[in-house]
Amino acid sequence: MSTPFPSGHDCSHCPAGAQLAQMGIELSHHDHLVALAGNPNTGKSSVFNALTGLKQHVGNWPGKTVTRAEGAFAYRGLHYKLVDLPGTYSLMSASQDEQVARDFILFGQPDCTVVVMDATALERNLNLTLQVLEITGRVVACVNLMDEAERKGIDVDVRALSRELGVPAVPTVARTGRGLHELVETIAGVVSGAIPTRPRKWRQNPALERAVEQLVPLIEEVAPGLPSARWVAYRLLDGDHTIRQSLLTGELARLAAAQSAPAASGSRLIALEGGQ
Amino acid sequence: MMPETSAPTAAERLVRRADELRRRLPPDFRDQVVTSLYAEAGRIVNRVVRTRPGRRLSWEQRIDRLVTSPVFGLPLMLALLALVFWITIVGANYPSSLLARGLFAIEAHAAAWFEAWGAPWWLTGFLWHGVYRGLAWVISVMLPPMAIFFPLFTILEDLGYLPRVAFNLDWLFRKAGAHGKQALTMAMGFGCNAAGVIATRVIDSPRERLIAILTNNFVPCNGRFPTLIMLASVFVAAAFPPALASLAAAGAVVGIVLLGAVFTLIVSWGLARTVLRGEASAFTLELPPYRRPSILRILYTSIIDRTIFVLLRAMATAAPAGAVIWLLANIHAGSASLAQHVASFLDPLGHAIGLDGVILLAYIIAIPANEIVVPTMLMVYLGTGMMIELESLDQLRALLVDGHSWTLLTAVCLMLFALLHNPCGTTILTIWKETRSAKWTLLGALLPLALGFLVTFAVAQAVRAWG
Repeated sequence: MSTPFPSGHDCSHCPAGAQLAQMGIELSHHDHLVALAGNPNTGKSSVFNALTGLKQHVGNWPGKTVTRAEGAFAYRGLHYKLVDLPGTYSLMSASQDEQVARDFILFGQPDCTVVVMDATALERNLNLTLQVLEITGRVVACVNLMDEAERKGIDVDVRALSRELGVPAVPTVARTGRGLHELVETIAGVVSGAIPTRPRKWRQNPALERAVEQLVPLIEEVAPGLPSARWVAYRLLDGDHTIRQSLLTGELARLAAAQSAPAASGSRLIALEGGQ
Repeated sequence: MMPETSAPTAAERLVRRADELRRRLPPDFRDQVVTSLYAEAGRIVNRVVRTRPGRRLSWEQRIDRLVTSPVFGLPLMLALLALVFWITIVGANYPSSLLARGLFAIEAHAAAWFEAWGAPWWLTGFLWHGVYRGLAWVISVMLPPMAIFFPLFTILEDLGYLPRVAFNLDWLFRKAGAHGKQALTMAMGFGCNAAGVIATRVIDSPRERLIAILTNNFVPCNGRFPTLIMLASVFVAAAFPPALASLAAAGAVVGIVLLGAVFTLIVSWGLARTVLRGEASAFTLELPPYRRPSILRILYTSIIDRTIFVLLRAMATAAPAGAVIWLLANIHAGSASLAQHVASFLDPLGHAIGLDGVILLAYIIAIPANEIVVPTMLMVYLGTGMMIELESLDQLRALLVDGHSWTLLTAVCLMLFALLHNPCGTTILTIWKETRSAKWTLLGALLPLALGFLVTFAVAQAVRAWG
C-alpha cells in the first residue's frame, strides 16, 4: 500500500498534507472527536488506517466486530480522535453492532461523523447516510471507491450529492490516498463550524410524521437543545429500550445540556461499551 | 435548566404518549419507514448518479438474478455445497494418508528409542501410544480436510455469496418462526458451532437469537466432518463403482447436512410455537456487491484464523483424551480393561440405537471436542490401547465390519448420531456465555442429544423389524 501522507516536504503540491500527522493509538489527549460510520465493505477501515497510520485487521462478517476501534491524527495543531464504528447497513434494528454505532453517534457526541459510502452502490449506502443525518447534522459524506465506480462507468456528481444531503461530500480513493487531504480539511471545517450544514430530513408516511410531530415538542421539553429530537421520536415509536431508559433517567437531558454548551468536547465522551 | 422534580414527570409523560401513539400506528409502519427511506435514497441517486451503459453491472445483476432465483437458487446452493465437499473429500485423501504414515513412523521410532534407553513400558505407552497418538490422529485426520474446506468456504464468503444464501432461505425460516439471518449463523456453524453461536449476535430479537443458538448444533461442524467424511467414504462409497465413489460420498455428506437443516427448521418451528413463542421479525438484508476475493486475505483468514485455531483447539483436547483412552484401555480390573468394562455396560443402550457400547464410550470421552470420536473408537476396539496404523480405508473397513460386526445400519446410525448429539464442551460454554442462563444452556445441550437417541432408536428398530 502506498503511503497516503508522505512526510511534509515531499508534499508541496498538497497544502493540507504538510499539516497532517498520523498519531496511531496516541489517545491521551484530544481536542475533537470524529466518528467513522458506513456500510461494511466500503473501505471504512482503509480510511481509518490511512488517517491514523494504524493497521486494523479487516473483518468481513457483519456482526463479528461489535466493538469499535480508536485511533488519532493531528491536523493544524489540533488533535482528533477517530472512532471506527462497526460497519452497518442501517441503524434501525436492535442488533448489537447497529446499536453500538447508533448509540455512539447519539450519546458519544462526536464533533463530526464521517459516513463512508461506496460510490458503486450509492443507493444502498444512502440509506445509512440519511439515517445518520436524522441523528446529527455534523456529517461529512466520504464517497469512497471512486476508482471502482469510474471503472464500472458510474458517474457520481459529488457536488450535487452534497447539495442534496445538505452536508459536504468528498470523493476519495482511500486505498491510494486520493482525496484524503480534502476529507481532513472538510472534517476540520465541519468541526470548527467554518462549513455550515443543513442536513436533509427524509419524508415519512403521513401517519408516522404526525406522531413524530406530536412527540418532538415533548422531547424538546424534556431535553432542550437536543439536535436529534426527530430521531429520538422515531426510536421511541419503534419501542427502543435504550432511548426510553435514557429519557427516564434524565441521561439524554444531561447530554443535550452539555451539547448546547460551548464546545469543550474532550471530556464529554461517555463510555458506552460497558453497557452492552 | 428545569427543576429536578419536573424532569422525570415530563419524561414519563413523553414515554407514555409515545406508547399511545405507537399503538395507533399502522402495524406495518416499520416497513413503511424502510420504504420511504429507500424512495428518498432512490430520488437522490436519480439526481446524482449517471451510469454509462456498461457490461459489468448487468453481468453482476444477471448473476444475482440466477443465484437468488426462486427456481435455481436452492439447487445451485446445494450443487455448490456438494462441489465443496467433493473437492474436500477427493483432495484430502492422499495428504491424509501421507501425514498419517509420517506421524506414525515418528511414533514407532520414538517408542523404539524409549525402549532402547530402558524407559518403563507404561511411560512409553502413555506418552507415545497415548498422548502422541491422539495428537497424530487429530492432525492427520483433520488438517487436510480443513486446509481445503476453509479456503473454499472463505472464497464463497469473500465473494459475497453467503448473504445470498440467507436471502434464499429467508422464507423457510420465516415459516418456522425464526430469523432469516439464522442461515448466516448456520454457515458459521460449519466451521465451528461455538463460532456459530457467537455469530447469532447479528440477530436482533432475543427470541429469534435464542432459537438460532439452540439449533446451531444441527449444523455439523468441522470437528464432525472427518467422521462423516470417513463413514461416507468407507461405507457409502463402497456400495458404488469406483468412478462414482467419491461423488456418492459427497452426496451422502450433503444429505446429512440437509437433514441437519431439516432438523433446524423443525426444531425452530417447535420452539417458536412453545417456549419461544412469537412472530418472525422483518429485516432488511442488503446483498453486498460481488468482490474479487483477495487471495492473500483468504489464505490468512482460512489458514491462520480458522484452520490453525481449530487445529490447536483439537490438539489441546486430543492430547489429554489420548492419555485417558490409554489409561482406560491399560488399567485392568479382573480379566478386562476399564474401557471394556464401560463399553460392555453401555452395550445394551448402544445396541438399541443401532450403535454399540464402544461408540457411546467414544462420545463420552469426546465431549470436550468431537474431533477425537473416531480415534477413540478405534483405540478401544483394538483393545490394546493402541491403534494399528491404518494406511487405507479398506483396512479400516475390514477392521470394523469383520472385527466388530459393523453393518450399513451401524454406519447410518453413527452418521445420524454424529449430526444429532450434545454440542461439544466449548460450544456449551459459549452458549452459557452468550445467554447467561443455565436453563437455555441445559436445553441447548440436552435437546439435540434426546433427539439423537430418538432418531437413531427409531431408525434401528425400524430397520431391524423390516429385517
